[in-house]
Amino acid sequence: MIPLTHFLIVGACLFAIGLYTVMARRNAILVLVGIELMINAAILNLVAFSRYDKTAYGGQAFALFAIVLAAAAVAVALAIILNAYKFYKSVNPEDIRNLKD
Amino acid sequence: MDQIPSRKGGGKKEIMDITAWVFYGFAAIAIGSALLLVSMRNVARSLFLFFIVLFSVAGLYVFALADFVAITQILVYVGGVLVLMLFAFMLSNKELLNDLQMGTSHFFALPVWQSVILAASFLSILIYASLHLGTHEPAWILSSRESGAILTPTDQTVQHLGVQIMTRYLLPFEIISVLLMMALIGAAHLTRKEANP
Repeated sequence: MIPLTHFLIVGACLFAIGLYTVMARRNAILVLVGIELMINAAILNLVAFSRYDKTAYGGQAFALFAIVLAAAAVAVALAIILNAYKFYKSVNPEDIRNLKD
Repeated sequence: MDQIPSRKGGGKKEIMDITAWVFYGFAAIAIGSALLLVSMRNVARSLFLFFIVLFSVAGLYVFALADFVAITQILVYVGGVLVLMLFAFMLSNKELLNDLQMGTSHFFALPVWQSVILAASFLSILIYASLHLGTHEPAWILSSRESGAILTPTDQTVQHLGVQIMTRYLLPFEIISVLLMMALIGAAHLTRKEANP
């Protein structure tokens, strides 16, 4: 069996890359992709720990719930990005300053 | 680093080695294409690289003995989320495809080098924590290792997972279903066409 630490290290690398994507990129859709990368790293940790939990399957069940939550978040966030693009004519998060026009 | 347990027979050791190599291959593909995703200028290309990252992370789930989660990842993420993102691109204006990363003065929230420092320090903290956890295992992992309650590759995880979701995790399941419906209605409401502009 692959040791738990290796899963955690792969998850840590994915999380750091996602964090960098969120902070450094100027395209709202890539920021969304960075958030998805971080969610995937978290799900990888849940699944890796779930190997030691044979009775309750807590990690795997909540990994499924997290996947569904991420899908819902993507649907709403893309709708918001498209609306903001229609209004501001830009997908750069820096240009979107006002909550109310 | 290389502490793969239960290397007893010669044939078993060979199988373990192949499994470990495939695992490290998937991990390298995931991390490498994630790095490439960050450095790509073209957004459509980085979305397709995100595709590869999701697939290889699904492969890693299989190695954590969570095959149902892996299939769900492929169905929901690759089949749903990514196609949704690609559609949002292709249907929208051409400017969405440009990254706008021309000037060096304006960046979202932070300049690049500061975000590199922040991400690297976060990475070092996380790796330190996971190495620490490798040497000092929590009590529940030790007790389940002693009582033999660890998943083995021959276990029927899908059936047990379904039973657990329908009994122990029924309330979170229902809450998630209602939230998913709310999110879908909200997304449809946000993207509707105005009747009288």
